[in-house]
Amino acid sequence: MDTVLIVKAIIVVAIFAISMLMALYETYAERVIAAFIQDRVGPDRAGPFGILQPLADGGKLFFKEDFIPAKADKWLFILGPAVAMSTALLSSAVIPFGDTIIVAGQKIDVQGMDVNIGILWIFGIVSLGVYGILIGGWASNNKYSLYGAIRAASQTISYELAMGISLLAIILMTGSLSVKSIVLGQHGIDWNIFYQPMGFLLFLTCSLAECNRTPFDLPESENELVAGYHTEYGSMKMGLYLFSEYVNMFISSAVLASLYLGGFNYPGMDFVYNKLVGSFGEVTGHNLATAIGTLTLFLKIFFFIFLFMWIRWTLPRFRYDQLMNVAWKWMMPVAIVNLIITAAAELSGKPLLYNWVGLAIFGAIYFGLFPIFKKKTVSAN
Amino acid sequence: MQYLELIKNLSFVQWAFYFLSILSLFGALGTILSKNPIHSVVYLILTFFTLSGIYLLLNAQFLAAVNIIVYAGAIMVLFLFVLMFLNLKKESNELSQNSMLISAAIAGGLLGLILIVAIKKAETIRVNYNDFDAKTGMIETLGKVLFNNYMLPFELVSVLFLVAMSGAVLLAKREKGDSHF
Repeated sequence: MDTVLIVKAIIVVAIFAISMLMALYETYAERVIAAFIQDRVGPDRAGPFGILQPLADGGKLFFKEDFIPAKADKWLFILGPAVAMSTALLSSAVIPFGDTIIVAGQKIDVQGMDVNIGILWIFGIVSLGVYGILIGGWASNNKYSLYGAIRAASQTISYELAMGISLLAIILMTGSLSVKSIVLGQHGIDWNIFYQPMGFLLFLTCSLAECNRTPFDLPESENELVAGYHTEYGSMKMGLYLFSEYVNMFISSAVLASLYLGGFNYPGMDFVYNKLVGSFGEVTGHNLATAIGTLTLFLKIFFFIFLFMWIRWTLPRFRYDQLMNVAWKWMMPVAIVNLIITAAAELSGKPLLYNWVGLAIFGAIYFGLFPIFKKKTVSAN
Repeated sequence: MQYLELIKNLSFVQWAFYFLSILSLFGALGTILSKNPIHSVVYLILTFFTLSGIYLLLNAQFLAAVNIIVYAGAIMVLFLFVLMFLNLKKESNELSQNSMLISAAIAGGLLGLILIVAIKKAETIRVNYNDFDAKTGMIETLGKVLFNNYMLPFELVSVLFLVAMSGAVLLAKREKGDSHF
């Protein structure tokens, strides 16, 4: 029992440390990718290829003056970044970073905790993440910060709806709220993205919006709001806000990979498992297979992080009314249609075929029939 | 000395329970005592959080998660959202009137009396640890009960929500002649 507890503690600390380390090097990756897309050199001074740049940035932020505006609400001003950072770190607890490892004859999950409400936990923590921005923006006692905070709140609430409904389709398919069961249900290459192409696109868009990444970075749009909710922040407090964005990005990439791209599953995993167990024995082989699974998950996470950055440096920002229209008039109805199609496909017994058939019918109606009605209503006005 | 022994013998769950209870009472008191409405909301969020923790201690994970998502995650965000738009710098002076104080004291006292009587009269069912199903509060059990025994009330509640939602949309709809901004 004691070894199990110790291994579990090591796993939890490792997950925590990895989230921080990933966030640290995401800042570096962001700069390098931005430089590549904009045809610049990028950071190359601190260490070889500039890989010590995140440490230099962190050091700079720590040694800057920690300033609190005179008319700010002092305690809430401090609470804001703290809440943003801690909520960002909390949600990694339920993500399965691998299958089980065998230590001292017992199987231990490579996961913080396997609760049967895992996906609801992520959802709840994501909805709490907005408090950091909201409280910090209000406590700054600055009009621009307040506007940024209010935008963040309305944006998060709007996009949570479409996110939740596209998530319902996944829950409908798996029949479980536990992230581990959802991942285990996508054995081999039986990934959810093939069943849920539309749900995947909706979820991806919503995670961009929840992370305040660029097409949706209205809360901090610098040409309208100076720097949005963190206008008054400096030093490591601002560092925590920026850092929490990167942690959020890592977590949402992990969630996307687990829900739609099969988490630690990869094609031919049974073959690899049997080979490893055959040549290294039951325990070592099993642990090695788990390690390969974890590596696959991280490759998927890296892919999503790259995708997020690619989108950020390619697409322009939405206008505010466009943002709201996309959420309420486009994404939410499409998510509901997707849920209905999924429910019908699950009932039919051949979910893969009928999901695509349903999507094709919806596409035909939307692109074929809908324009006719639209023209009529326009002429009636 | 007796109390010290008692504290020493507390189990981990009891420690967690007392910690959460004290924190939730602190949050609740902060909600009604703080002068700034934004602070009240922040205290209230703390209270919801600790209540979720107590649900977790009771092994009702689904209830805890839903409490966080619905109350702390959605409703309190809207509260905060609205309060930030209002400029509530002026303090309300209702409590300085004597009649207000007296009626508030009477109402509060009566409510407290009713609560005490209700708690005294309530039957405390001792749960037998040995044959108690630990999965009672889990989502699978809850779903089965909800969709078998309470199917009709559940559907009626969803219809009620639909009506409320369409009512809200109707209220917010721009009428002819309204200003366009």
